[in-house]
Amino acid sequence: MPILEVKQLTKIFGQDARRGLSMLQQGWSKEKIAREAKLTVGVNQAEFHIKEGEIFVIMGLSGSGKSTLVRLLNRLIDPTAGQILFRGQDIVKMNAEELRQFRRKNIGMVFQKFGLFPHRTVLGNAEYGLEVQGVDKKKRRELALKALELVGLGGWEQHRPDQLSGGMQQRVGLARGLANDPDILLMDEAFSALDPLIRKDMQQELLELQSRLKKTIVFITHDLDEALRIGDRIALMKDGVIVQIGTPEEILIQPANKYVERFVEDVDLSKVLTAAHVMKQPEMIRPERGPRVALQLMRDSGVSSLYVADKEMKLLGVITADDASLALKEQKSISDVLRKEIPIVGPDALLNELFDLMAGSPLPVAVVDERERLKGIVIKGAVLSALAGNALPEGGDI
Amino acid sequence: MNIPKLPLGRLVEQIEEWLTLYFGAVFDLIHSVIGGMVEGINAGLTLLPAIAVILLISALAYWVGKWRLALFALIGLLLIDNLGLWAPSMQSLALVLTASVLAVLIGVPIGILCAQSVTARNVATPILDFMQTMPAFVYLLPAVSFFSLGVVPGVIASIIFAIPPTIRLTSLGIRQVSPELVEAADAFGSTPRQKLFKLQLPLALPTIMAGINQTIMLSLSMVVISSMIGAQGVGAYVYRAVSQAKTGAGFEAGIAIVVMAILLDRLTQNALKIKHK
Repeated sequence: MPILEVKQLTKIFGQDARRGLSMLQQGWSKEKIAREAKLTVGVNQAEFHIKEGEIFVIMGLSGSGKSTLVRLLNRLIDPTAGQILFRGQDIVKMNAEELRQFRRKNIGMVFQKFGLFPHRTVLGNAEYGLEVQGVDKKKRRELALKALELVGLGGWEQHRPDQLSGGMQQRVGLARGLANDPDILLMDEAFSALDPLIRKDMQQELLELQSRLKKTIVFITHDLDEALRIGDRIALMKDGVIVQIGTPEEILIQPANKYVERFVEDVDLSKVLTAAHVMKQPEMIRPERGPRVALQLMRDSGVSSLYVADKEMKLLGVITADDASLALKEQKSISDVLRKEIPIVGPDALLNELFDLMAGSPLPVAVVDERERLKGIVIKGAVLSALAGNALPEGGDI
Repeated sequence: MNIPKLPLGRLVEQIEEWLTLYFGAVFDLIHSVIGGMVEGINAGLTLLPAIAVILLISALAYWVGKWRLALFALIGLLLIDNLGLWAPSMQSLALVLTASVLAVLIGVPIGILCAQSVTARNVATPILDFMQTMPAFVYLLPAVSFFSLGVVPGVIASIIFAIPPTIRLTSLGIRQVSPELVEAADAFGSTPRQKLFKLQLPLALPTIMAGINQTIMLSLSMVVISSMIGAQGVGAYVYRAVSQAKTGAGFEAGIAIVVMAILLDRLTQNALKIKHK
């Protein structure tokens, strides 16, 4: 079961907002409703689900309704219509006390401008959520310190927020969001106010935190690069409507409509696609098969080199046709003539990290996993074709 | 066109009579509470000899301000004592402190209410405008008819005249707390009370203190007017000097009020800064 299920969620701002619902159902546009009914459509019949433990990114330009949407999820803004099911329970129907408990226990939030309480210390901020729950002083201090440690702010607990840099302030915001161990963390443009370099660090750290804590994160951003970097899935919003939901690859490769296409056309694919996306199956041989078999295989498949791997698929090196015939003449084994200086990358390496390696080597780049097992090879043609935005060559995992 | 004059004045008098008739007991209670407060504070201030009180206040001034404020307190208060105005000054101070304390006790909760409810704000704003612009002499009269002559109607008139800044600035201070912070407090499941005490009041405190400071200054400005209805104190000296055209005596009493005003202003203004040291 998804942790959060959103059905027909709609927010209309203005007097007597419910009269806008039937207009939306008749398919009136946001502009028409604004013009004729003086109502502002914030979120228009949004429908999606969020899986436990994923980073779900809601992306859109300013005015697209993404900030409204995230505030509907913890009812900082009350929806006009629709359902939000948290593990099957409708948040929209909760009374004030139930909602308070839900916010205290199940859902945390990190804000764009940090939203730190200036009159409290770093520690006082981190323990706020526990304090309002009535957790006793010793316990909440312990949990808050743990959260601060987690975000790398150990030792800063007695400082005031305004003594900290922007990046550190947002770490406090993150610690505050994590301290009461919620199931879902809402992050509203959490990194948008930070310098680009610090922003990248924070994105990286968020990914690391996420892999350790397995939190469900709903991340709002207007920055496509950020969405692609951290999102497991991305929902793209325009005028209050979710126009496409998909993995980063799906959004890039198969934009649902012209709007998404325009949105993603400026993306530098080399910073998004990884070696795993463009690699293909290599021609392989085990060393004990001997040079004669190697030559035969090369002839059959029309290549001039073979990748040599052992039984566990661990990459040993490359043998070229020239080396193989030399070995045959001199009665040597494959292991004797193996070339071991081949460029190697991990499957997560971005294409722009591959350029230098490929330029410096006549051989394709080998892709190996963390246990040095050969997963595939990347040839120049595949990289160029992927960067041109063409469908990926066979072997990509899409 | 000859529209008869509206009987507004008559109406007010009828309300006044009606209130006196049916709420006499309430007014008596208020009278004894306020009277007791003024007397108590005055007794406290005159318990020790003047010189001891002067030294204590100077020490307080040194603690909240710095040596310059302490020096001013010492010289200013010694001057008041020297002019023979110590006892009436303490009477006036007791009136001012009573009016200010009550104004804060009443004004801050009303200010909080106004910050949280648009309706309350819409009701309160015209009333506050009315209280501040209606000449103070005008509501001295009903105060006298409810509470008779003396210091109590003076305190009541001072409260009415001086309470608006506390209400307005409390309301303003709370509403000025950044919406993002309020959102953050909500997002973590604060109750309205937790939000008020953990976030809004602490952040509004400097603004609220500015309002309280104004309230104290305004109630001090009422001491002369209060003396017209029989409140004792240094205000009575000013009033007498004016009515007898005694420039020197009026100036002396005026100086005593100025010294107290500057001291109260600086002491309340600096009181906040200590907390942040």
